[in-house]
Amino acid sequence: MPKLEDKPRVILEEFRVKNAPDDYGMADEKWNFKKFVKKFRIVIVRMDNSEMEFDLIGIQPAFANAFRRLMLSEVPSMAIEKVMIKNNTSIIQDEVLAHRLGLIPLKADPKLFEYRAEDSTDGTEFDTLEFTLKIKCSANKSQPKDSFRAEDLYENHSVYSSSIKWHPIGNQASVHKETEVGPVHSDILISKMRPGHELDLHLVAVKGIGKDHAKFSPVATASYRLLPEITLTREVTGGEATLLQSCFSPCVIGIDSDGRAFVRDARYDSCSRNVYRYDSIKDAVVLSRIRNHFIFNVESVGAMLPSVIFVEAVKILRDKCKSLLDDLNNF
Amino acid sequence: MKISELPGDEDSGATCRTYVFQNESHTLGNALKCIINRYEDVQFCGYTVPHPAEAKMHFRIQTYETPALEVLKRGLKDLQKVCDHTIDLFEKEVKEFNKI
Repeated sequence: MPKLEDKPRVILEEFRVKNAPDDYGMADEKWNFKKFVKKFRIVIVRMDNSEMEFDLIGIQPAFANAFRRLMLSEVPSMAIEKVMIKNNTSIIQDEVLAHRLGLIPLKADPKLFEYRAEDSTDGTEFDTLEFTLKIKCSANKSQPKDSFRAEDLYENHSVYSSSIKWHPIGNQASVHKETEVGPVHSDILISKMRPGHELDLHLVAVKGIGKDHAKFSPVATASYRLLPEITLTREVTGGEATLLQSCFSPCVIGIDSDGRAFVRDARYDSCSRNVYRYDSIKDAVVLSRIRNHFIFNVESVGAMLPSVIFVEAVKILRDKCKSLLDDLNNF
Repeated sequence: MKISELPGDEDSGATCRTYVFQNESHTLGNALKCIINRYEDVQFCGYTVPHPAEAKMHFRIQTYETPALEVLKRGLKDLQKVCDHTIDLFEKEVKEFNKI
């Protein structure tokens, strides 16, 4: 752990945000890769199949932001790109329906597919997934008497993403499993219908990136924030302590058995400046954030693990540098 | 070709150049600028995306002595090293985390 004093801080005052007086900004430092390696740390705080939280410590804001931008707009994923409408007699318009279908997240692993060439008209088994959605709403013949509930009166009155059927092309059936390519969620409502309404659609999913359309973005959110830090400058007890506690997010300020307030964990503080509303305690705290401690939150849409998305993002930046260097060498 | 040179610096020696990157944006521009700006011999380094509707990024380098092209190459190599290190460290931490 670096000493507390080594951390560059930004101080949140009542009416302004200012850098610590001894902080001349990280921009003045000369670049030194060894020093970067020595200072840089990653801590994983929380991780499961859909969401993760991790800290990048001792990194430049430019890098942190590059990683975030890459996750959002340059890591590829599969999404429905073309919808051939053979029949649509439901009340939802063709183009609106096609747009809705495009936004359905697919489980297919984009690493197993290639980008489809811009001029290609027919997809191959390596770059395309094909689905169909064929469903018709009808009156329920065995409807119970006196019921006016839609689920009793009609069959297939709500079309869900579970009705989308995968049609393997070429050798796909032996490479992928049906459960691994279809929609991530089976209960996404696509359309509501009434007897006589019918959908007969052919869906084509391709690989793409978020820069082209947000539906290709593999993350629901990818964001970072700076680590908050709260320092108490004097003893706060009794009623003032409870008041102080109420100024911050829950569990941030604790009160010990003597009724004295202490900072329990500033990490999840919302960094509101409520304390400054109370003259009695506003001199007791210094609110700050650590300028090189980035708390990342990555939430996957479902196709890839969040940890994989981050690694892919960094790989994309690395490959960019590599290809640009190759370009420059024959300049 | 992804990189080209903006005309105008032919008579001023090799120490100052503006490079045009096709299909690049703030993602690469800012990260690269952040590294190159910290080099000893660099007088000025900055980038701009001249128009949001054009996928282009202009990257300006001015040095005291080193040729600008060399500085750009060094910057890209360093950025690549940063990425490699980040990937290694991150994968190590993920492995550690999954062990527990």
